[in-house]
Amino acid sequence: MSKSLSEIIVGEKVTVEHITHPYLNTKLIEMGMHAGLKLELLYKAPFGDPIAISMNGSILTLRLDEAKYIQVCSSPV
Amino acid sequence: MKIALFGNPNTGKSSIFNLLTGLRQQVGNFPGVTIEKKIGAFNSVKNKHQLTDFPGTYSIYPHSKDEEIVYNALTNSEHEDFPELAIVIVDTSNLERNLLLFSQLYDLKIPLILVLNMWDVAERRGIKIDLTKLQSYFPTTPIIKMNARIGLGKDRLIAAIDELDDKAKKDAFIPSSFPCLIDDKEAQKEEVLLRYEKIREILQDVQHEKTTINNTLSRKLDRILIHRFWGYFIFVGILLVIFQFIFSFAAIPMAWIDDSFVLLSSWMGQQLPSGILNDLFAQGIIPGIAGVLMFIPQIALLFFFIALLEESGYLSRVVFIMDRLMRPFGLNGKSVVPLMSSIACAIPGILATRTISDWKERMITIIIAPLMSCSARIPVYTLLIALVIPKTYLFGFVSLQGLVLLALYFLGIVSALLLAIVLKKFIRVKNKGFLIMEMPEYKKPRWGNICITVIEKVKVFIWDAGKVILAISIILWVLATYGPTGNMEEKIAQAKKTEFYQHTNEVQKQSIISSAKLEGSYIGIMGKFIEPLITPLGYDWKIGISLIGSFAAREVFVGSLSTIYAVHDENEEHQNLLTHLKMARKADGTPVYSLATGVSLMVFYVFAMQCMATLAVVKKETKSWRWPLIQLVIMGALAYIGALISYQLLA
Repeated sequence: MSKSLSEIIVGEKVTVEHITHPYLNTKLIEMGMHAGLKLELLYKAPFGDPIAISMNGSILTLRLDEAKYIQVCSSPV
Repeated sequence: MKIALFGNPNTGKSSIFNLLTGLRQQVGNFPGVTIEKKIGAFNSVKNKHQLTDFPGTYSIYPHSKDEEIVYNALTNSEHEDFPELAIVIVDTSNLERNLLLFSQLYDLKIPLILVLNMWDVAERRGIKIDLTKLQSYFPTTPIIKMNARIGLGKDRLIAAIDELDDKAKKDAFIPSSFPCLIDDKEAQKEEVLLRYEKIREILQDVQHEKTTINNTLSRKLDRILIHRFWGYFIFVGILLVIFQFIFSFAAIPMAWIDDSFVLLSSWMGQQLPSGILNDLFAQGIIPGIAGVLMFIPQIALLFFFIALLEESGYLSRVVFIMDRLMRPFGLNGKSVVPLMSSIACAIPGILATRTISDWKERMITIIIAPLMSCSARIPVYTLLIALVIPKTYLFGFVSLQGLVLLALYFLGIVSALLLAIVLKKFIRVKNKGFLIMEMPEYKKPRWGNICITVIEKVKVFIWDAGKVILAISIILWVLATYGPTGNMEEKIAQAKKTEFYQHTNEVQKQSIISSAKLEGSYIGIMGKFIEPLITPLGYDWKIGISLIGSFAAREVFVGSLSTIYAVHDENEEHQNLLTHLKMARKADGTPVYSLATGVSLMVFYVFAMQCMATLAVVKKETKSWRWPLIQLVIMGALAYIGALISYQLLA
């Protein structure tokens, strides 16, 4: 099921489908995000925003405002 | 040789820069942008080299005006920062992402050295790199293993610089027209995707990853430091420790500096023949320099702690937990450190906003930073509080004077945040702010790196603030020493006629004469000129002089009041000045320093932008006079209106 990265819960593992924001797109691709990449939501800041995700062994922080442009689907466990 | 360092953020680039150049470095700016440019010098066996540290980026393509520097310097061989050799630093534990930038530089055909840094971290994570195989993909580029944090691999890097054979012909990493135009985002995206595809292919061959072990210690620490209660609790605790150091312990070396300059000043006074030159040194230049150097202990301590928190990786956790709280104010999690620094001094605070990549959030942070009560305001606050606030205790133990001091700090912070909300509505930009950043793992801080940071920051402060404060001190000295022909003599003659003068001792006579001279000087005339403007605030021309004098540095207020009231202040506690000020009467016999005037002055000092050095730094950081002028006007208006309201309410 497809949803945005801003909607997932802590500990959830997901796979990137595509990035919808044109400007963010290039930036995130340069940082190594691509379709098929596996992400895990590590933790949310107090108040639920921003979030920290594990990507390729490093930690990336995003605001919910940014995460909502990243479409993901739940990874089969 | 002109050598440049490139790499992603958090790859240990600055560690390598420090390792190679040590203290032989200076900070400047890249042309046209506000990004810090660090240049250093070092020698290899064969040659002398100049090393430029470029800002950390993931790609040569820019996402903001400031990031354009990398693209511009690399694609134009006429550019003043175009390197003869580029050293690309990569994080070995995350080669996939790091090789993107390297592959772009590779295709620019600039002579390259690839440094695989943080080799130890990669090993701990179970990542094995086949160096010979990796080398076979880039046959003409020397590849070096390094562990810069403990200084491992420095010799190999320097040797590689000497052995560099720049005539070797290179093949292209991806065969396409490269680089793309700076505005062609679509083509850039295609290119980056293509590169990643190829990098992943290579890594399949050279990189062997055992099961990824998560850094459990880091995760455990994060569970506490990002916790919705403990996270803030610990952060506030750390802040309290830092401020304890800045305000209590820094006072000791500050007193030494102050004392030695008083000694130096009087020594100079005796050595030089008396006259204008003597006065200029003893009353203008030396106190001016002292006013700058006084702040060094605080600034050094502040930057020591900030560098420590930064090096350890904690600071990005602070950004993470503070971002949501700061956003309603148009600020950013990264605004916390600049605002925190501004409680010591706004100048390092404003310099620290360079880490905020969003332009609007950075401008708001810069504009509100001087509203945080800096340490130059403390002498003014303490004098005024002692003057008008009674020494009583609420409930028997809460000092009323202490409470007022606290209230002044809060007034500054609250109005800074309110101003931020207003500015958020008025400053308009096209691009929205982003916070996307990498959170580094916790690391043991490297003391060498911290020391170099502290030394560099102090140097920048002395230079940036110092020249302005010194210049203003000299100008104020001139204004206070000279007056229209005959004016000063006339005032002195008047003073000498008074009965008090006739019957007092020599020391007091000297003081009365200097007070009369000040009244007749240009600055005295200026004070009288602005008197009608400041009467509604409850001030007279004498306070007016002190307000003008405060433009060099706020704490000058106390010194100039001493001169005006002809006080020979020998003890630190301002006791003498205090009694004089308490006795000062208006023409109608009421005290000049009533509660209303005192509070009005305190409020004025909370808000007023009385710091030329800060204005100069804001101008430098924003590249225009527009922002410092806006700041001056907003804060001036706040000060005037705030002081007017408090005086009119209390009088």
